[in-house]
Formats: sequence, structure tokens, C-alpha cells
Amino acid sequence: MPRNLPGRLPIAMVAFLALFLTCGIGFSQDLKSFEQRITTKVLPNGLTILICERPEAPVFAYTTFVDAGDVNDPSGESGLAHMFEHLAFKGTSQIGTTDYAAEKVALDNIEAANDALEAEKRNPAGSDPKKIEQLQSAFNDAQKAAQKYVIPNQFTDVAERNGAHGLNASTGLDQTMYFWSMPENRLELWAWLESSRLSDAVPREFYKERSVVLEERRMRTDSNPEGRMFEQLLATAYVAHNYGRSGVGWPSEVSQITASEAMAFHRKYYIGSNIVVAVVGDVRATEAMPILEKYFSEVPGGPKPLEMTTVEPKQFAEKTVVIRDPSQPLYVEVYHRPNYQSPDDVVYDAISDIMSNGRVSRLYRDMVRDQQIAAAAGGESAAPGIKYPSLFLFYAYPLPGHTSNEMATAIHKEIDRLKTTDVTDAELAMYKTRTRADLLRGLADNQGLANALATYQTRFGDWRELFRQLDRVDKVTKADIRRVANATFVASNRTSAQIETQMPATPAKNDGGEK
Amino acid sequence: MKIGSIVCAPFVSLLLAALMLPAASPAQQNQPWEKIPIPPLHPFHPQQPKRIELKNGIVLFLQEDHELPFVSGSVLIPGGSRDEDPAKCGLVDLYGQAWRTSGSEKMNGDAMDDLLESKAAHIETAGDDDSTALSWESLKGDTDQVYDIAMDLLFHPKFNEQKLRLAQQQEATGIVRRNDDVNEIAGRESDKLVYGAESPYGRQPELATIAKVTVADLQAWHDRTIGGKLIISVSGDFDSAAMETKLRANFEGLPQAKPNPARHEVFPGPTPGVYFVNKEDVNQSTVEIVGLGTVRHNPDVPSIAMMNDVFAGGFASRLFQRVRTQLGLAYEVGGGLAFGWDHPATFGAVVVTKSGTTVDAIQQTYKVLDGLVDQPFTEEELKRAKDNILNSFLFRYDTKGKVLAQRVRLEFYGYPPDYLETYKAALEKVTVADLNSAAKKYIHPDKYAVLVVGNGSEIKPGLDELKMGPVHNIDITIPGVPAAAGGGAEN
Repeated sequence: MPRNLPGRLPIAMVAFLALFLTCGIGFSQDLKSFEQRITTKVLPNGLTILICERPEAPVFAYTTFVDAGDVNDPSGESGLAHMFEHLAFKGTSQIGTTDYAAEKVALDNIEAANDALEAEKRNPAGSDPKKIEQLQSAFNDAQKAAQKYVIPNQFTDVAERNGAHGLNASTGLDQTMYFWSMPENRLELWAWLESSRLSDAVPREFYKERSVVLEERRMRTDSNPEGRMFEQLLATAYVAHNYGRSGVGWPSEVSQITASEAMAFHRKYYIGSNIVVAVVGDVRATEAMPILEKYFSEVPGGPKPLEMTTVEPKQFAEKTVVIRDPSQPLYVEVYHRPNYQSPDDVVYDAISDIMSNGRVSRLYRDMVRDQQIAAAAGGESAAPGIKYPSLFLFYAYPLPGHTSNEMATAIHKEIDRLKTTDVTDAELAMYKTRTRADLLRGLADNQGLANALATYQTRFGDWRELFRQLDRVDKVTKADIRRVANATFVASNRTSAQIETQMPATPAKNDGGEK
Repeated sequence: MKIGSIVCAPFVSLLLAALMLPAASPAQQNQPWEKIPIPPLHPFHPQQPKRIELKNGIVLFLQEDHELPFVSGSVLIPGGSRDEDPAKCGLVDLYGQAWRTSGSEKMNGDAMDDLLESKAAHIETAGDDDSTALSWESLKGDTDQVYDIAMDLLFHPKFNEQKLRLAQQQEATGIVRRNDDVNEIAGRESDKLVYGAESPYGRQPELATIAKVTVADLQAWHDRTIGGKLIISVSGDFDSAAMETKLRANFEGLPQAKPNPARHEVFPGPTPGVYFVNKEDVNQSTVEIVGLGTVRHNPDVPSIAMMNDVFAGGFASRLFQRVRTQLGLAYEVGGGLAFGWDHPATFGAVVVTKSGTTVDAIQQTYKVLDGLVDQPFTEEELKRAKDNILNSFLFRYDTKGKVLAQRVRLEFYGYPPDYLETYKAALEKVTVADLNSAAKKYIHPDKYAVLVVGNGSEIKPGLDELKMGPVHNIDITIPGVPAAAGGGAEN
């Protein structure tokens, strides 16, 4: 196992980008073969079901793609979409409870107790410690009272006991995805489980789960140098749009999110028109579609929520973030770019590929191989999302003894080359060949395919775009690359961030805590 | 933002046990989900690869898969970092990088990059702890050309001074950065506690050890390992007969493969106690309670696997239920007694919790561990574990690629080809009595080391509150790196 290689990208970024990177291309003959294997249906509630037959083994994978993520969190409630995602594993009025009618009353009591506690905590005249203590105690008692009715983790237990594999979910800024694989004979059971949590969510054990989510934040962001840096970078690059806001949520906000807020988010965004469910595997559409239709019709209908008003204004000042902390140096710079619907979307992909894909890439050859100043360097075409105008990102991990300034200089030299000189025929052809091959590679995996089909169905209204994108890729020209590079990679459109290593001034106290 | 990988299970409290009972009692057999029919599974006979053993002991596996127009292959070579000279620790990592980047006598690594990338093809080399490997992959139309280059690289590498230096720089960067990530620190230090800091399974490459590695060392390593019992596997869109002919042409004429040398290793396990790594830039403690695991040859492995599932195998497991669901102390919880293919793996219980609840989380985890030994397993727990493991067993062989990888692994470690079937049959036979005796035999809470990586100034109450003896501080200063700055500070 190769040990200790520097990671290529901050983990947070990988999570955001993975989706985008699965985008790709296809041949017409593939499109044709998929046309024969894919059936879609829009239910009366607006929910889209997509079934792709791939009977390689008696299993299937699914992805539920909800077109709402943390970018949709209301002001003051950052982290809400993610909180709801956690809630979606806690069961429904039918699963996870011994007596829902009684539990419902107990849950309402928790909300009332929490509201009273929060009101006193935020009392403008200052909170009374005695009252806080009483209210906290009442809140704890209310939780205990509700806990009596809980069968913990019954939803996931039923799934896992029926062979669920890779059971998980992810919340991005743009979307929330739920997914697992199962033996094919559990299709109907899965449809019951999945549709019921979409339509019948219950805010069970919400406040304990909030503590779990705060631990998740500590792990991914607070205690991770790259996580800390990425959060600051985005907060600096964006002045208006929610892409600049912590996805997992600012601690003061996540720690005060209420179950009522999570349920309001659910009512607004978990409606048929906002959801695509893709199933891939050993499934016959003729048999499966009526079953899925029956269950997923339970999801409430309603018009798709209005798009947000905020548009990130044009950046006019170059910005820089410098983090001085004990971790090793890292340099990142980002430039604003349009969203995935831009005709130039594939041009950004081409630039990213030529600059950073593999040992032939320009940044590798210049910074890693020839100058020997970086351990790794590259670019990513869209972060932290794709749905709204996002950021093109370059990064470099300096070798010991080299500085962020050297990284910036080297990256800018390569950017200038892109602007002033055409890329070679070989580079452009390589991008197109690799993109095509990468698309093909992704087609033999149920879960990957379910993710990709659900994503394209949501973002383009047609899964076929997964394949048709190849046509746009084929049309990218050298002139496109120069034009886009000149328009995008300018100093006034740039935000950079760097970690400068700075050890604590005083020797670390090293005794494992207070005596 | 995933909801988390899960490996641990909680202690079932009396209250919880009482609540769970109705779920299994006949009175509630008519839950809505229990009324949904589960038809028989479609028949499935996973396609086994064709196995060919050459006279010299080299083994070939061919797995045709015509779904996509790609062909990929791999040559697995016995011998890895556990076999390297400790004074040159890191040699196999460097070999894994520099072999490919150097290239062959005919074609240097850079030229190889240009050619392969233009075809969206790959040839890579890598080092692991018990093996090294050369692998390739290409679109069907490039099969022959890419295969020939891969064979050229396998048989005629030309290690290059500059590429070794490049690999050393990369490795040095990894060493200098190894204290940035809490998980990496915890993983590394717990291995050192379990196996010993100088053990082949615990030692770490250092700036001084990687600097000693020369091109001659890489060549010597190659010459020494290439004569071993190679396993070649090819999968994808090809014709087996034609591929077999090609492979025979390359491998049949090689000398008799040298058998893998016998290993004589002792595994005493950790010295019990509390160990602490201070990291001031975090607000969370990563706790690993570690001990020695076992080997897969052990006939108790099926019982241990079931026990692991009850302990930490999912949302309903004892550790997860207690530490995450009931107490909200952690997002990441996990654990189990792992089994290595040819040497004991580790036992571990992992909990990541905010600094202030470190002691609480450790004590709660210990309650779960103690409970494995003194709180008897129930039929319901066993049933759940069997459901969990057996109903998802299919996912171990649901693709031709997984079947092939499994067969290669079994061949490499000397297990019978039907291992998966016999293992499954043994899992089905595990009883509650087996679970109880496995826990008594293999779970030894008093023999574990408790490793905490966290922020000492925030851990209140302190680790001494655990009353587990003196806290041993672990110094993770990287030898050879100036203390005031890592590489590259600008001020």
C-alpha cells in the first residue's frame, strides 16, 4: 500500500467534485443500447422514476436524488439540509416506533420545551441561569419521555438485515442523495422503505442526532487543516451566494437547528417534482414500474420550489486568505466561472484535463517533474457545486522547502501559456479520448450508473445528456480554450488561500488533559 | 457529507432490550414491511475465471467480460514492504513509484506516459506490504500494444536516478505531512502499539531511511522478487484462448518460481495502558482501543465475524447504538477483531468525540467491550448478525471483477478456491454458544492499549480520570525536520 502520499485534493473538495467528474460522454451506439434498457416515468406527483436494466447479477442499486442541498438552507439555519438527511434514517410513523400516536405528542412536547429553552438562551435582556437550568431539565425530560416509544435504528436495521450494501447518503450544496444496493428480490421492500421515509419523515431523536452532526463537523472541518482552509476559501470567494457558506453549517447555527425547521425544509423540498429515483440492476421495468409507482405515489406533490434570487455579483477585487497553523503548506486558488449549463462547461473540463490529469499534464510536468517544487499540483473545473456559478480551482502541495508563492508563480506561468498559445493537437485529442473512455468505464457499475443517471435526469431533464455531452466535448476547440482562459483566469477574479506552517509559540502541553 | 462509515455496535441496555423485544415477538409479526413478499432470488452462478498453472508454478487467471470494450491485467509479485531492509524502510514504496516512472530499456517512463494517455490507457506499478504489482488497462483496440509495453516494463525495467529522486521527494513530502491528519496519526501509532515500532507491520519510512535507497537497491529488489510465484490475471473483452497463448509465450519459459519463504514472526500484542498524542489544532479526540486480532485460517473466524457484527457491524450494533444513537457522543464509531490473510490483523474500537467527552466516550466503549464478555449474546442478536452478513453475502461476488480479485487473493495466500462457499456454510452454522465462547476467547479488554490523539488542553476531565495507570505521552516529532517549521514556511 503506498503510504503517506499527499492527498490529491482536500477531501471536502473531492466530495463536492465527484459528482461532476462522473459526467462524461458516450457513443451513439451506447446511447442506443441504453435507450432499450432504460424506462422513465413521471408520476402524477411529479416524481421521476428511472429504471435501467442491467441483469449481470441478481442485485440492484438505487439513488434517490433530491434537488435540494445546503445551498437551500435558510439564513441562520446553515447545515439544515444535512441535518434532515440524518433524520431520514430515523424511521417513519410506521417504522422505528412502538406507538406513533403517543410518540407524536411526546415529540411535540420536545419542540415546545426546546422553544422555551432557546427563547431564554437568546433573551435580549440576558438569560437567567436558574431558568436555563429548569428549562434544560424540562427539555431533557421531554426527550426521555419520547425515547420510550423509539425502536432505535429500526429503519436501517430492516434494510441491513435484508442485505442492504453500501447503505449511506450524502448532502452536497446542490443536492441530497440516498443510496444502497440490495438483492433483487427485495425490490418491493426497498420501495416501501424508501418511499415511506421520503413521504413520512418523523423528527425522531433529532436533538441527539444534532450532537452527532456537530461531531461530524469537528471531524471534517475543525480538526482537518484542509477542511478549515476550504471553508475559509469559499467564505472569502463568495460575498452573496450561499456557495460561500459552510455546507455542514456554522457551529452556532447547526447547534440551534430545531426539528420543526428540519420538517419545514422537508415539506418544502421533498416533493415529487424535486426528486428523481434511479434503479439499476437485475430489474425488469415492466414488472418493477407498477410497484415503484404504487409506493412512490405516496410522496407529496406540489410545484417545484422557486429558484433563489441571489446571484453572486462579479468579483472585482483579488482576495487572499492566509492561514498560519501547525500543518504543512498548501496552496489553492479559485476563479469564478458560470454554472454547468454554460456552453463553456466542457471547455473548463478540457482545461482541467490538460492542466492536471495524470503525468502528462502541464502542472505535473512543470511543477512536479521538471521544477521539482511540488509533490502534487492540479486543477478542478467546478467547486463547490455545479448548479450555480461556481469556481475553477487550482491547487499545489509544495515540496519541503518550497513556498506558496512559488506555487502561485508556477501556476500563473502555465495559465499564461494557456492564454497566449494554443494547446497542442495531441493535448486536445487526449482530452476527448480520455473523457470518452472514462464515461464508458463508469457504465459497468450499478451504483455509479444510478448516481449518474439520476444526476443527469435532474440537471438536464433527460438522462440521455450523459451520453450526448460527448458531442459538445468533441466540438471543443483550441480557440475556445484560449478564450475561456483569458476571460476567467484574471487576477481580479481570483481568490487564493494558503496554509503557512507556524508551530505553537509555547511548547505543547502534553499531558492528556487537566489533572 | 456522508452519514458515516459504521463499524461498531452498542451495548443493549435493559430498557433497550425490553423495547426491542416486541419487534421480534409474534404479536408484531405483522409489521407493514413484513407483509411484503420476498420472492426467491433469481438463480445466479457467478462466472469463475479460468485458472492455468504453468509448469514453473506461475498461475494465470482469465476472466472474460464483454460488457465493455476494455481489457485489464495484473501481475502480482510476492514480497512487499514487510520484507524490506529496515534501514531502508520505504524502499518498496519508492520501487512502486520509480519502476513505472523510470520505464524500460526500450521506452522511458515519460514516453510511456505520452503514448498511453493518448489512448486513455494505463500501466501502473505499486508496492504493498506483502506484494508488489504491475497492472495495465486499455480499450480493446489497444490490447496488444499496451500488453507488450507492460511486459517490456515487467521484464526489462531500467531504473532511473532522476525518477528515484522524484519518488524520494514525494515520499519525503508524505513523511513531513504525516502529522497533519489525525486519522493518519491514529492509524500509524496504533499499528506501532500493536505490532511494535520496529516491527515489519509497525515501522515507518523516515527521511533518513528513504534517503539511503539507491537505484541499485531497486534493481536488486526487482531481481529478487520477479523470480517468485507470480500470479497473472486478465479480465475484460478478450478471447481466452488467444490471451492464454500470449501469456504462455511470456511466462512459460521462465525458471521454476521460487516458493515464498516461510515467515517466523511473533506477535506479542500491545503493552496495556493509556497512550496520548497531543495535537493542539483539533477540537476532537480520536480514540482507538487496540489489541491483536487473528488470522483467517483460524477456525473460529466465522464466529468472530458474527461477534464483530453484533459488536460494531451496523446501525443496530451494540457500540453504534450506545455511543452514537443513545449518547450522541460520536459521528464516527467502529471496530472489530480483524483477521489477516497470513498474519494477525488488529483488534480495534474507534470512537471520534469532542475533546470534552473523551473520557466518557472511552468509558462507554469499555462498557460495550466488557459487555461482549460478560453479557451473553442473544438469539435475536445472532439472528440479526446472520441476516446482515448472509443477506448481503452476494455482494462479495456480484461482479466478474470481484470474483477474479477474490480468486487471485485466495491463490496468493494459499486458500482453497471454494473458500467463500465453505466460509458461508460455516457462518450459517454459528450458534449463540459459539458467540459467547468467541468473545471470552478473543476479547480481552484488560490487554488493550488505549490511544488518544487529541487536544490536551481541552480534554477535561483528563485521561488520568480513566484510572488506567499513568498516561504515556507519544512524541510524534518527525526525525530530521526542523521543529519550528515544516517545509516551506514563508515567514
